[in-house]
Amino acid sequence: MVGITGYGGYVPRLRLQRAAAAKANAWLNPGLMGKSKGERAMANWDEDAITMAVEAARDALGPDDDRSRVKALYFGTTTAAYTDRLNAGIVQAALTLEPQTACFDVTGTQRAGLSALSNALAAVRGGLKGEALAATGERRKARAASAQELDGGDAGAAILVGAKDTLADHIGSAVSTVDFVDHFRGAGEEFDYNWEERWIRDEGFAKIVPPVIKAALAEAKVEPGAVDVFILPTTFKGVAESVAKKAGLKPEAVKDNLAAQLGDSGAAHALVLLSHALESAKAGQVIVVAQFGQGCEAHVFRTTKKVESWKPERGVSGWLADGKPETNYMKWLVFNGLVEWDKGMRAEKDNKTALTTLYRNNDMILGLVGGRCTETGTVQFPRTRISVNPNNAAVDTQVPYKFADKPASILSWSADNLTYAMSPPNHYGMMVFEGGGRIFMDITDVDPGDVDSGTPVRMVFRVKEWDERRGFTRYFWKAQPDKRRMAAAKQAAE
Amino acid sequence: MAAGIRDKVAIIGMGCSKFGERWDAGPDDLMVEAYLEAMGDAGIEPSQLDAAWFSTHIDEIGTGKGGTPLSLALRLPNIAVTRVENFCASGSEAFRGAVYAVAAGAADIALAVGVEKLKDTGYGGLPVGNMGTLIPQTSPNGSAPGNFAQLASAYRTKHGVTKEDLKRAIAHVSVKSHANGSKNPKAHLRNVVTEEQVIGAPMIAEPLGLFDCCGVSDGAAAAIVTTPEIAASLGHKGLVTVKALQLSVSNGLESQHNSWDGSYFHTARIAAKKAYKEAGVEKPREQISMIEVHDCFSVTELVTMEDLFISEEGKGWRDVLDGFYDADGKVPCQIDGGLKCFGHPIGASGLRMLYEMYLQLKGRAGDRQLANPKLGLTHNLGGSPSTNVCSVAIIGQQGA
Repeated sequence: MVGITGYGGYVPRLRLQRAAAAKANAWLNPGLMGKSKGERAMANWDEDAITMAVEAARDALGPDDDRSRVKALYFGTTTAAYTDRLNAGIVQAALTLEPQTACFDVTGTQRAGLSALSNALAAVRGGLKGEALAATGERRKARAASAQELDGGDAGAAILVGAKDTLADHIGSAVSTVDFVDHFRGAGEEFDYNWEERWIRDEGFAKIVPPVIKAALAEAKVEPGAVDVFILPTTFKGVAESVAKKAGLKPEAVKDNLAAQLGDSGAAHALVLLSHALESAKAGQVIVVAQFGQGCEAHVFRTTKKVESWKPERGVSGWLADGKPETNYMKWLVFNGLVEWDKGMRAEKDNKTALTTLYRNNDMILGLVGGRCTETGTVQFPRTRISVNPNNAAVDTQVPYKFADKPASILSWSADNLTYAMSPPNHYGMMVFEGGGRIFMDITDVDPGDVDSGTPVRMVFRVKEWDERRGFTRYFWKAQPDKRRMAAAKQAAE
Repeated sequence: MAAGIRDKVAIIGMGCSKFGERWDAGPDDLMVEAYLEAMGDAGIEPSQLDAAWFSTHIDEIGTGKGGTPLSLALRLPNIAVTRVENFCASGSEAFRGAVYAVAAGAADIALAVGVEKLKDTGYGGLPVGNMGTLIPQTSPNGSAPGNFAQLASAYRTKHGVTKEDLKRAIAHVSVKSHANGSKNPKAHLRNVVTEEQVIGAPMIAEPLGLFDCCGVSDGAAAAIVTTPEIAASLGHKGLVTVKALQLSVSNGLESQHNSWDGSYFHTARIAAKKAYKEAGVEKPREQISMIEVHDCFSVTELVTMEDLFISEEGKGWRDVLDGFYDADGKVPCQIDGGLKCFGHPIGASGLRMLYEMYLQLKGRAGDRQLANPKLGLTHNLGGSPSTNVCSVAIIGQQGA
């Protein structure tokens, strides 16, 4: 039966303390203090919808190099880097999926994440010869001192869909499309324009969602009272509960929306919550996931026995547990482009990207693929015609070799205050990979004192630079301190 | 190995502009300053020059491309001018070109001039630039101090040196260079500093503080070379001759192969070995009288003491702290203040190092004159620890 064969999530390390943001802005809007509890996930400066979707997909796919089973990729988001460049194509390249993978951007509504999953389910049901991946990521952007700034959260999630070995079978779905404009973001605009909350609640959620839930359950032939988990992202208090009641669901089925520790990740949030729910699901449970936006979409899943044994690399819970409280509201403003700050003359460097060069080196730059010499086994980055092996400079012997999921450690490093950086001091150094090879690269998600020679790191796909003059986002891989291997090493030492 | 350059070419004139923030001078003024001193020293007319080599690194903001900036500034008599560039080792490259032209018999007398005008950018430190279209897409967003600071973490780890000991050792490197630079009227930085000042200075790139970084300076330096026979015929006595000229260039081993541990310069060791062989030096710690090394950062100088086989591997930091390389030590290093204090106008630096060695060998180094030096070594590096070019040159008394 068609259903979920894997899932993953991603929550950025930084957690903006809402109290810090509310306090900074309470003089403008005292009402913000009412939202000052808890924390929201805050993307690092070099993360965006694409990088978070990539990280979530890696969480679902695991470190195995062979990802040829994925035949289709649907990327759901409303905050992608490009309006006209296939964002899903960047995700595909970063994941080193086969070029034959069908890739689509699903966008234009807050239910884009769940729509990506709909498409993946439809593709597999339609006879796709392999699995389909629904990946989603959202970097919420809101004006400084707005309520949305405190309600939102940055995150990613990914769901793998297949026709065998499922963790949860897809047993019903329903959709309605209604041009109900609770908010909008015009083309080229940075921020949402929001209508009154009471109207959205009473005319939107309360009237549009329950019939869709009922229809999906009817298709699944499941009684509303038999639903174990109900997922409906919304930032409005009590709305998920009242919708559940109207649809006849048990009140205890309503899943906590992670508002206290993550915030609402927009189009990504339904899949973030689904991914999170699957982590603790038991066999035979019914999960209903719905997402609101110009109508509503709902899917019904029944978990299989396998859901209890299959686990993602880290999962939403793993990432949630690995947060760092951030109380510096100015950092939030800088990272989100909400303040004009003095970057200095060093930032004037032209970051124009030669698209020809990018294409020639596509797997190297986006996929972190190097080479392995078939004669000597020497592994190197980048792949070159003549091997770097000092004892055997073999010619034309290299085959592609993927570095992205190989464990590495720091050989040398520095924390640089001189260079232009969005989050100084900029850490970078020589990363040495287990199994061979090394790359001199940026280190991200790091604070002074975090690293030294020998620190284990993992590779993460991030924004390298922006070409602000031309609107081009440049991506590459960076090293991130590997907390899990650091903890394991510490434990072994003790 | 080739027969080598030993004693085949003599230096008959050298010149060096005042280094520093030369708000008053453009690159042409700097070149003229160095050139006129060198020509006066050599005692020749422009018409006697057969060819010239011209080094400058950052052509975009400095002097421009090609050989014309030199020819125009000096009004050279339409002779060949070859512009060379090899990162911060460009100055040594110009010297190599001139020396080899003389050795080959292609020129009787050749000129080498290096210049850099760095203080026209509007900010401190080196100008920010791109290297082609691929490297910027992957390489870290870094700076020269950040790249060279990499040495510190790798060196500490390899040799088990504590952060504090290493910081003290590199501080001593800078204290020594400031003391030396204070005696050099042409130096950019002439202030004396204490170890406490160096250690307490603002951090630039961990663990390098402000005083661990060399001056970013404007300046030019020049050399005039010929055969020993022609030098003698022109009346030059007590000749300073070229003993060795070596250049080793990274081929990607350090940046791509795990055999390099990040704590030293692979190229420097190769260039040093070849230079000693070419010059007939068997025990550098005993035979080399003085050295001018590429102390772009204090930690670079520290590891270079080992790369030149003067200090034992892992013990360079102890020699530094023991004063072995101080002005009154066994092998004085950076007696002119080095890049640290004389300054570092990139395209000129290799020639500036040779200028000091030449003055010392000629006994014309004023307050900083060393007693009876025989052989002087210059080490001129360009790039970063993991990808670089390294020049090692030795000059000395004829017959030494």
